[in-house]
Order: sequence, then structure tokens, then C-alpha cells
Amino acid sequence: MPLFNQLYNFAHWLAHNRDEAEDLVQETYVKALRGFTTFQQGTNFRAWMYRILRNTFLTSRTGHKAAMTVPLNEDEDGPVVEAATDTQTPEAILIDRDHQDFLQSALEELPLHFREIVLLCDVEEMSYQEMADLLGIPIGTVMSRLSRGRAALRAGVQQKLQRAG
Amino acid sequence: MSTDDATQQSGTQHDQWRAQLDRYLDGELPADQMRALDAHLRSCPACSADALARVQFKRAVKSAGARFTPSADFCNRIQKKIGAKPRRSWTYTWALAGAFAVLLIAGLLTAYQQRRNFREQQFYNEIADLHVSTLASSNPVDVVSTDRHTVKPWFQGKIPFTFNLPELQNTDFTLVGGRVTYLGQVPGAHLIYQIRKHQISVFIFPEDLVALHTAPHDAKAHSFNLHTFTQDGLRYIVFGDVAREDIDKLSAMLQAAAHSS
Repeated sequence: MPLFNQLYNFAHWLAHNRDEAEDLVQETYVKALRGFTTFQQGTNFRAWMYRILRNTFLTSRTGHKAAMTVPLNEDEDGPVVEAATDTQTPEAILIDRDHQDFLQSALEELPLHFREIVLLCDVEEMSYQEMADLLGIPIGTVMSRLSRGRAALRAGVQQKLQRAG
Repeated sequence: MSTDDATQQSGTQHDQWRAQLDRYLDGELPADQMRALDAHLRSCPACSADALARVQFKRAVKSAGARFTPSADFCNRIQKKIGAKPRRSWTYTWALAGAFAVLLIAGLLTAYQQRRNFREQQFYNEIADLHVSTLASSNPVDVVSTDRHTVKPWFQGKIPFTFNLPELQNTDFTLVGGRVTYLGQVPGAHLIYQIRKHQISVFIFPEDLVALHTAPHDAKAHSFNLHTFTQDGLRYIVFGDVAREDIDKLSAMLQAAAHSS
């Protein structure tokens, strides 16, 4: 089935729950089949499927709750203050696979709007344009949100590493 | 300008480069900015350490993010569910089957395209690595000669094919030498040419080593220019940081020489 594994992985990250991820994926395929006439040939099929999945999630109870946690005062298009990455911190340590659970739990704790964009870019390797189409936001917002998402993820990992001593 | 002012200005410039690093690593910077940042990274240890850290982080996220896999049971259930739904009419059944087939084909095509792009990208990355690591080496070539009649015979018995090299008289190009190289454990020829201060790598491998989807083919890899073509069962890859015209000119001469063999 096309994109089955990837959609399931993304759904699980969104829903944090196996049963809900399965429901989401199933509903996505049913909607895709029913609404196939709305898919414009020659456009991005992958982005179309992810958009259905994401919209399905956002209209679910869990998705609705998660979407409510987006900070209202966030200036997404404003300049992103780039923190210098310390070579002794998360990145170098994360090469070690034993530390991947720190990264996975930091990813889980990221707010939805950061989690989804980091996953779409780094795991699904989508282009900025694809993400802008999928999320329905301008490319500038994709860039700043991604940058903030990565910074938040790094900070989360850093915190976990420090706590672990 | 005081020393403090100079430090502050250099710090600001540094921050500007840094602000572009994520877009650079995501492959989203325009070509000219990509080249400029490339050059900066080569000369700035702090920024290149930062870039390396970000690459490591990106890789770690990719690996950690691909965490959940659907169970075989779920896969079967969903296939049955989607396949078993239509019972209303033959028209509906056929329409749904058709939609599913198109969906499947679109998915397969997307997956195929992605795999092909990934393989090509991997190939270009390996070529870039070979080029950069050779030029960084203290002995970039094993046969040092500007004479093609010395360089070509040197490869005899070392690689399982032979090739012709172009006459460079009255051109800006100079042959520096050559070495045997390996790509995917297959031996091939790596020749180095020079134009002005720039060095260009020419790789020659058996054609079936890599199936690139078009030939001849122009591409960019890590803001280097590349031209590749096939001739008489061999794949030629001309690669370097020079202008596209120089790459094309050398490619044309190589192609003419190969054709005359």
C-alpha cells in the first residue's frame, strides 16, 4: 500500500498512541479513496496523503487538544536567534545510539506544530515548499518554525542529558 | 575602525552565515548563496564545526524519528477493510477499484522516483567525496604527467578497460596526472586536469556501474558542477568547482577523443 509505513509512523508521532494512529491511517486511506477525484494529477501525491492524515488528526479530539497548545504570542515570521551549537552537547552525544531515547522523548514532548515540521523535514525529507503546501503556511513561516522547532528539540535533549548527569 | 568594532562586525557576519546553515543543510539555499557558504565553511573552523554538529543532529532525528512501524495484523486488517467495502453496485466497485489502482500507481511512482533520486544523490555524494579527498591528499595522483601518452598507458593492467584522452594543445586545460580509484568496489580511472588555478576530476567507470536516468546529464552536487555522459560502454564524469562552461568544454573534448577511438 502506498506510503503505508511512513504515514503510520507520522500518525503515531502525532497521536502518541498505537490505536489512534491505526484509526488515523485507516481513515486517511478511506478518505483518499473516496476523494480521489479531488486529487489533481501531476501534483504532489505524497503531500496530498499527508495533508489528509494531518487534517484528520486535527479534527480528532486528541488533535484538537494538541493544536490548542500552540502559543498565541509566538512571532513565527520574526528573526530567529541562532544559538551557537556547542560541539560537546547534544549532536555529538546523539551519535551514540544508546542516547536515542533522549531524543525520542524530547521529540514526543515538543509542541505539535514543532514536532510535525521537524519530522516532515528531517524524517520524511520534504522540501520547504512541500511543507508549506501541506501545512498551509508561507515558506517564511516554514523556515522560522523549523528553526525554532530544532532549537527547542536541542534544548529538550540538552535538558535530559543534564538531568541524566 | 577600533578592534572592538572589527570583532563586533566579524561576529555579526558570522551570525549571518550561521543563520543560513539550516537552509544550507536542508538543500534549500539558492545556488549562489550555497557556493558562498561553501567557501566560508572551508575557511571557518567554527562554522564548519557548527555545520557538522547540525548534520549529526539531523541524522539523529531521522533515525530516532523513524520509530514506529505498523503491525502485520493492522496492515492485513486495513487491506481487507478497504478492499471489502464496496458492495453497493458494480459501477461503484469498478470506480473504487480504479481509484485504488491509480492511488497505488501514484504511490509506486512516487516511491520509485524518490529511490532513483536518492541513488543518484548518493552517487553524486560519493563522486564529491572522491574529488575532495583526492585534492586534499598530499599525493593526489599516482602518475604525474602532462602527457596523455604517458598517463593512458600507466592504467594498463590496473583497470579492466581502456580509454582515449584528448589533445590539450592550444586550450586552457592541462593534464596533471591520474590514479586508480574505486566506486562501489569497481576500479576506474581518476584523472586530474587543471584550468587556471582550479582542478577538475574526470572519472571513468564501466557504464553499468550506475544507471543515471539521463545521459548526457548535467547536475550540481554540493554546489560543484558536474557533467556525465556515456561512450562505448564507459561512463565519464567530469566534476569540479569551475564554471559550467569549462566543465562542458572539457567534456566535449573527452567525448570527441572517446569517439575517435
